[in-house]
Amino acid sequence: MHQIRVVRNILLGIKNLLLHKLRSLLTVLGVVFGVGSVIAMLSVGEGASQEALEQIRKLGSNNIILTAVKLAEDEAASARHIHMGIYGLRYEDVLQIRETMSAVTRTVPVKHIRKKGRLGERSLELRIVGTTPDWFGVVDRSITVGRILSEHDFEQRAAVCVLTEYGARRLLATEHTVGESIRIGGNYFKIIGIVQSEQVSGAIQTPDLEVDAYIPLNIAREFYGDMIVRRTAGSREREFVELHQILVQVGSDEQVEATAAALKAMLERSHKKKDYRMNVPLALRRAAEQTKRTFNIVLGSIAGISLLVGGIGIMNIMLASVTERTREIGIRRAIGAKRRQIIGQFLVETVVLSSVGGVIGIGIGLLFPWLITQFAGMPTIVPGYSIALSLGISVGVGLIFGLYPAIRAAKLDPIVALRHE
Amino acid sequence: MSAANKESDMQDDGRSKTLVRFDDVRKVYQMGTAEVRALDGVSLSFGWGSFWAIMGPSGSGKSTLLNLLGCLDRPSSGRYEFDGRDVGTLNDDGLSELRLRELGFIFQSFNLIPQLTVQENIELPLYYLGWDQSRSLQRAKELAEEVGLGDRLSHRPMELSGGQQQRVAIARSLANDPPILLADEPTGNLDSATGTQILELLGKLHQRGKTIIMVTHEEDIASYATGQLHMLDGVIDRVEGGTDASN
Repeated sequence: MHQIRVVRNILLGIKNLLLHKLRSLLTVLGVVFGVGSVIAMLSVGEGASQEALEQIRKLGSNNIILTAVKLAEDEAASARHIHMGIYGLRYEDVLQIRETMSAVTRTVPVKHIRKKGRLGERSLELRIVGTTPDWFGVVDRSITVGRILSEHDFEQRAAVCVLTEYGARRLLATEHTVGESIRIGGNYFKIIGIVQSEQVSGAIQTPDLEVDAYIPLNIAREFYGDMIVRRTAGSREREFVELHQILVQVGSDEQVEATAAALKAMLERSHKKKDYRMNVPLALRRAAEQTKRTFNIVLGSIAGISLLVGGIGIMNIMLASVTERTREIGIRRAIGAKRRQIIGQFLVETVVLSSVGGVIGIGIGLLFPWLITQFAGMPTIVPGYSIALSLGISVGVGLIFGLYPAIRAAKLDPIVALRHE
Repeated sequence: MSAANKESDMQDDGRSKTLVRFDDVRKVYQMGTAEVRALDGVSLSFGWGSFWAIMGPSGSGKSTLLNLLGCLDRPSSGRYEFDGRDVGTLNDDGLSELRLRELGFIFQSFNLIPQLTVQENIELPLYYLGWDQSRSLQRAKELAEEVGLGDRLSHRPMELSGGQQQRVAIARSLANDPPILLADEPTGNLDSATGTQILELLGKLHQRGKTIIMVTHEEDIASYATGQLHMLDGVIDRVEGGTDASN
């Protein structure tokens, strides 16, 4: 019974609004653009932050990444050929982390070496990644074929290597490659597996524009040592670097910050020069979330202002409508309509008006992100909550800005209202 | 009034013997600094099924009297009893409820809602009474039939002649089946032939038992009523015919 009346009220409201189609349409434009901009802006913001968060997620939120950094003074010194650059992370650091930090579940040392590789007839530039089997537990690389490095390979000091897929394709090799030998520098390695390469922007790895060859760290050290000699156009650069990266995986996200602080303190003690850099993806994510929050507040304020203006527009029109329909109000009151029924009638009309504006606004709000993605190539995600929020806001605008005109209508003296021309 | 008195005033059906009773009712308006005594002590009673014409020159208080009778306004002082109930104790909602259930209005300018169809206009009181749609439609059809507009249900008021509009208004006033109809110059906007038809329709309703109070300033129209009450300067000047109106 009550629901039927509500439906009838809504239908009556729609009917009254349709009497003045253009006026109704113009009235709701404020809400249309307010709601449209809320959704459009939220989706652009969401798209941007999702992209950033995805990149951070790939780095692993419970990871801490230590990277060796060549100091500027060493850079200058090595350019004068008088000094050998000694910098970077050390095997000692890895041991110290393993021994002292209980929250750390994995500590993965990484050594990067550039070498020419040769497989049969083909030669190619390789980036050798000397590491432990744990590397594959920290960095997400799915196996295409074969297997990854194992503890057994370490114990046996096996000259085995895992190649990245891109490399595998360059080598014209798929399953057939597994079991073949690849020559890296002056040593031969048995290819045991191929893993997918992943475009990761960030500290762990540069994009695999070249081939990565993962080999056991002890073998890398044995074959190639810690000294790197670069020959460039007649000059020679010598560097002594034990480890280029240490990936530290922490048990849970909650422990990341404390562990990062402890690591920082530890490394500050053992490294007199700051020849390393520490990346904490979780902190980056926190920062990204903070940025997004700020962004949403700014956007929310802008949208709020346009909705306020839209609401005032609606109120203005509803006040005019009340004046225009004074006689009707008088008739309804004389027939026996109670004040709250008059309020209800006008309120429903305003809410219908603002809701229609909200729905049109949602349409525009969905169209704009699509256009932005199509033409500007920016990622956009329309968050589900933004649609519910917009509808809620437009109904709210109708209720708030419709209340005053409705009360004005209900307060009219029936006798005066009936005499109104 | 004592309880015993009240008891004797009741009819078998639980209704009061007199439908409407005014006891020294006054209505004073403030016009700037001047005080206008629109009604200056009116006592009257209308019985069930009577047909009264309220007459008098403009400014005599007849419209004020009708507004008070119709519960659209409250007296400044005095007592108004409708069917034994003290109207003075009712709040705004109570007055609305009384209008909705017990009163029917017919206006000089018809006062139909222009954007609603004939059917919707007739259904209006039923909407506020909470009737469901199919029952309302049935009732609206019957009433339109009764006033001779059975084929005009989906028309808008503007598409009808004055006489037809007034008949729609009468149908609307009957929708809630009120015991009393209040008509304010019901023929004032109509030519005499159409006016006569409307008056005959009111006469028919009177014969079927409706109490009708009609404001008019024309003698020949007033003659359709069984009693005439003449107002002058806010008081009842004289009463002709009828049996139960008193000064």
